[in-house]
Amino acid sequence: MYIYSEHDQKILDERVAQFRGQTERWSAGDLTEDEYLPLRLQNGLYEQRHAPLLRVCAPYGNMNTQQLRKLAHIARTYDKGYCHITTRTNIQFNWPAIKEVPNILEELATVQMHAIQTSGNCIRNTTTDHFAGVALDEVEDPRPWCELVRQWSTFHPEFAYLPRKFKIAVCASTEDRSASLVHDVAIHIVKNDAGKVGFKIFVGGGLGRTPLVAAPIHEFLNQEDLLSYLEAILRVYNRYGRRDNKYKARIKILVKALTPAAFKKQVEEEWAHLKDGPIKLTAEAIAESKSYFQDPDYENLPAENEELKQKISTDRAFGNWYRINTHAHKKQGYRIVTLSMKKTAVAPGDVSDQQLEDIADLADQYGYGEVRATHDQNLVFSDVKQADLFNLWQALEKLGFATANIGMITDITCCPGGHYCALANAQSIPIAEAIQRRFDDLDYVYDLGELSLKVSGCMNACGHHHVSNIGILGVDKKGKEYYQVSIGGTTRQKSAIGRIVGPSFERTDVVDVIEKIIQTFVDNRHEGETFIQVYDRLGMMPYKERIYAKATQ
Amino acid sequence: MPKQPNKIIKDRKIIDDSWSVVSDDVDKNDIPADGDIIFSVDFWVKNQKHLESRSNGRLGLMLESTDEINLFSDNLGLFDIISINFPAFADGRGYSVARLLRERYHFQKEIRAVGDVLRDQLFYMYRCGFNAFAIREDRCIEDALNAYNDFTVTYQAASDNLNPIYRRA
Ligand code: SF4
Repeated sequence: MYIYSEHDQKILDERVAQFRGQTERWSAGDLTEDEYLPLRLQNGLYEQRHAPLLRVCAPYGNMNTQQLRKLAHIARTYDKGYCHITTRTNIQFNWPAIKEVPNILEELATVQMHAIQTSGNCIRNTTTDHFAGVALDEVEDPRPWCELVRQWSTFHPEFAYLPRKFKIAVCASTEDRSASLVHDVAIHIVKNDAGKVGFKIFVGGGLGRTPLVAAPIHEFLNQEDLLSYLEAILRVYNRYGRRDNKYKARIKILVKALTPAAFKKQVEEEWAHLKDGPIKLTAEAIAESKSYFQDPDYENLPAENEELKQKISTDRAFGNWYRINTHAHKKQGYRIVTLSMKKTAVAPGDVSDQQLEDIADLADQYGYGEVRATHDQNLVFSDVKQADLFNLWQALEKLGFATANIGMITDITCCPGGHYCALANAQSIPIAEAIQRRFDDLDYVYDLGELSLKVSGCMNACGHHHVSNIGILGVDKKGKEYYQVSIGGTTRQKSAIGRIVGPSFERTDVVDVIEKIIQTFVDNRHEGETFIQVYDRLGMMPYKERIYAKATQ
Repeated sequence: MPKQPNKIIKDRKIIDDSWSVVSDDVDKNDIPADGDIIFSVDFWVKNQKHLESRSNGRLGLMLESTDEINLFSDNLGLFDIISINFPAFADGRGYSVARLLRERYHFQKEIRAVGDVLRDQLFYMYRCGFNAFAIREDRCIEDALNAYNDFTVTYQAASDNLNPIYRRA
């Protein structure tokens, strides 16, 4: 994991002091509400329904146990004893007092954490695969590149007041586990025919009102050119992105208006000036970043563990958990473990101070002291010995994080919605809970197989409903909550935006609609087909017919 | 075109401003014959000959954040100041324009931020090549001077330091 240099720490401490000053000037009336707004947003501080919200950055989702314990302390001391893992692998506090925020930031800075650029119209936290560095299917570890992007984008003086927020994701694997193609920029780490590692660059993806999959604009970028190319993209966007309408201000609108080819041309004209300038990455800079992401001291373990095998076959619950919540690891004798934060009746992603500390203890005991947040709002222990799995599972069972549903219909991603968010049109958490209750038969859930379901409380799409196999969106119809349902979204093997099934539904009907969609799938699937494969084969019609049949009777 | 305050920050000091703004509707025959004057790109394009023929006084440009540099880049040497207007605090286009003027066109004279300019943008503006700041008149200009010290370490290459952190000694 990256460890701060003395420079990083200095910048962070100076930021805390700067923000303290800004907050003091605001409370003294020397900064108006409007002027304080972009400043506090760049520090992750929002206004929301009941209280401000503070969004803390977990760089590309990585945290150590010291940081988890600090988050627990903050939840307990400054908040109501819990926090929330977001779909951008950040951590949110829902109830801090604004005047306490400088103190919270000061505490976070002692463990190399902050809220810098977690909101506002600037470059946000760069995200990546939560299996980075341990996945079997990756070209190389994406995290050193994320870290280089983090440093370049942190307090970038030119790009602090962009037309709109800007999100970058890095993907190095065959399966895109970070939904990279719905980001403003997706950096894909690829190997060319000569065996050289470089980047394929995509731009203009995004969710919200105009969901779009990013378009490729550069097939193979040399490693040392990554930051100059990003700088060129950002400069073109900063100068020419629309600023007159916030719904048309994301880079995707500019790319679409110009066409990707014309956008590429502008970027590359700009890039020609920057490419061989001082921004060009040095071999030393790359090597230094990589030096922080070395493997832990893995033991040489046998590939097969007899005791484990036996437990899997005799203990059904453990066997299910093993199959569903753990994944293959690049190192023989290890597994990747996902902690499910999706127990029925718990708001997806919510975690209490005590639970954070318990998770930290387990990570110290079984996971080399590191934890990752996923964009599906779960947590990951990336390196667990096979021999420890049974004990870890038992401990997680007690804590409520062993629900064996990762990647299944009840592993619902859900934004905070009407419970907290001032922008919400509708509740999202109760919808998630109602679906989890309906699909409470685990065997049935397993039989359905891989199936993503995501819920957003409004068009901002924080729940990523567009790229979900089944997506649910809260809409407002004359002051009443309604829900729009879409199917066919996906990001894993390919990226596609889901299509809306038809007119929206009242809250009480949503679960029935979901069930009809599932029945249509079950009735039509061939042996071994997943939900998305069946949808791709059949299209929308059979689902639509089933859903709206009753209404037309 | 924003009103120019009487005092500005230039090169870390508070000084009196010597420039007067000539608005777009001034007829070319009414252009002051001497003194330091500043005007829009449109005005320059329209009255270039006349402005160049002035014998006394310096010339300056006032850019809007959408102005393209190539409209005047051939004549950059004629200007002693380029002001860049920030129509709103959150409009970030001027940062790119300033960096381009400094780093690509090697403009060495004054680049001034005018308009909605507050202490809180000053450090980034300084990094992007601004060396003068017309702090909004309702704000304390002395306080704004403190912003130079907001950060002592930076990551990126920019106009204040052409080397990024990984190329510094
Ligand atoms: S999707 Fe809408 S309701 Fe949900 S958290 Fe985002 S802004 Fe709030």
